[in-house]
Amino acid sequence: MKFSRIIANSGEWLSGDGPNRQIVVSSRVRLARNLSKKPFPGWAKKAERLEVVKLVKDAVEHLPEMSESYSENLETLSSLEKQVLVERHLISREHAAKGVGSAVVMNAPQSLSVMINEEDHLRMQAICCGLQLDKVYEMINRVDSELEEVLDFAFDSRLGYLTACPSNVGTGMRASAMLHLPGLVMSDQINKIINSVNKIGLAVRGLHGEGTEAMGNLFQVSNQTTLGEAEEEIIGRLNRVIEQIIEHEQNARALLAQRKPITLHDQVGRAYGLLSQAYSMSSKEALNLLSIIKLGIDLCVFPDAHRFPIDELFIETQPAHLQKGAQTQKMSSEERDALRATIIRAKLLQVPQPDIDRLKIPTSATNEKK
Amino acid sequence: MQCDVCQSKEATVFLTQIVDGKMQKVNLCEACSKEKGVNDPTGFALADLLLGFGASQEIEKSPAALKCGVCGFTQADFKKTGRLGCSHCYEVFAEGIEPMLKNMHKGTTHTGKAPVAYRAARVHGEKIKSLQANLSKAIESEEFELAANLRDQIKQVETELPK
Repeated sequence: MKFSRIIANSGEWLSGDGPNRQIVVSSRVRLARNLSKKPFPGWAKKAERLEVVKLVKDAVEHLPEMSESYSENLETLSSLEKQVLVERHLISREHAAKGVGSAVVMNAPQSLSVMINEEDHLRMQAICCGLQLDKVYEMINRVDSELEEVLDFAFDSRLGYLTACPSNVGTGMRASAMLHLPGLVMSDQINKIINSVNKIGLAVRGLHGEGTEAMGNLFQVSNQTTLGEAEEEIIGRLNRVIEQIIEHEQNARALLAQRKPITLHDQVGRAYGLLSQAYSMSSKEALNLLSIIKLGIDLCVFPDAHRFPIDELFIETQPAHLQKGAQTQKMSSEERDALRATIIRAKLLQVPQPDIDRLKIPTSATNEKK
Repeated sequence: MQCDVCQSKEATVFLTQIVDGKMQKVNLCEACSKEKGVNDPTGFALADLLLGFGASQEIEKSPAALKCGVCGFTQADFKKTGRLGCSHCYEVFAEGIEPMLKNMHKGTTHTGKAPVAYRAARVHGEKIKSLQANLSKAIESEEFELAANLRDQIKQVETELPK
């Protein structure tokens, strides 16, 4: 499958449906695996890395899950194409920096992707929309079990799966959910939440993981530790915390609507005004304003039919996606800001003006879930 | 003075805490101090933080000239990168890695998924262990017939060792 074809459709996690979809954008589980006795990618020589790529890529391509897949060595991808994959959360920023001796394989719906020779020989992930970590783990666990039959994974009976960094040893698993929390941000409660989540051994990060800024009120919550607990226990713990955060977010939204309706209406109105009228917009500004529109859809101020087009803008207005769509010479950031504003204006034209009278607070998180 | 965490930026936050009568000092840059929650003194455990990097020094304590026989990785390389060279390094540097894992994780023993071959070995090991426990119980209560029986069972199971 060609890059242009795989990229033509947005991933399943964006267009699909799932429990608690309004607040939980996506659920993701990644597993780190290494081949026994072979130097880890960061220490291996080029020839050794190429040997691992050949071995692993062949095994991954033959998985039944990858019958329709996109598979490529990283040196054949332009930096723009790699950036597109980063913006879609299919490869990490670290992986995008690699070239010869690294590769990526993903399935057509973009729900499974395997990075070969990132920090570990294999970093495989499954991603799905809404809160369904159990399902996502099951998906990637199956892939792992299938690969285990043909690849000799480094495993120690006491330490579990061995990884390049000791912080991933054991399960080698990082489970995470991307949460949209405008209510907690607007009511200044987000730092309190982040601090308490950190205290119980879970990490909260920005849009693109470790060391990235939180934009568009999007936060990634994930497990910090990988040794001493079984996969199901880690996911269970994460699920319970996420459900609590969802409840806090719902409460924050309800409180905003009750106690600060003017602020809320003002924010939604301004976001709509700027997005539908601006002629230049940075990526950060766009994400932050789109987040407010997304909140507006959750609160019924905009018709629900516009949910997917708005969600799509979150990805389409990222720098590499814009450049890719433009199909011209490399744009300057001013040109990108202008193009971004144009794309957003065109889409906002379809969205009616906010109808504040329809504002409705979903009753409770638990009702929605069931 | 450099930040103890990122080792790149200038430290601007200085912390001193007395733990068990020993004074411990940490220097942090602004970004790292925020990340570690030092701006919120109530929610901040210096001990955790200290144990965190104590770990990287821990590894220096093991004999200096350790080198992995499979991939040639040395302790100096670990100090530089924070990563290991290959899966065998975990055996070579076990002594230094152990306390690090203790501080980093919830436990020191993997309890989750294992490849099929190991799962069989795990089940096998547990089977022998339980038989041996029964055997000692039988000996203690002087049920020698049962004990003999159990001993034969253990011998039998031991020969069925999975590959």
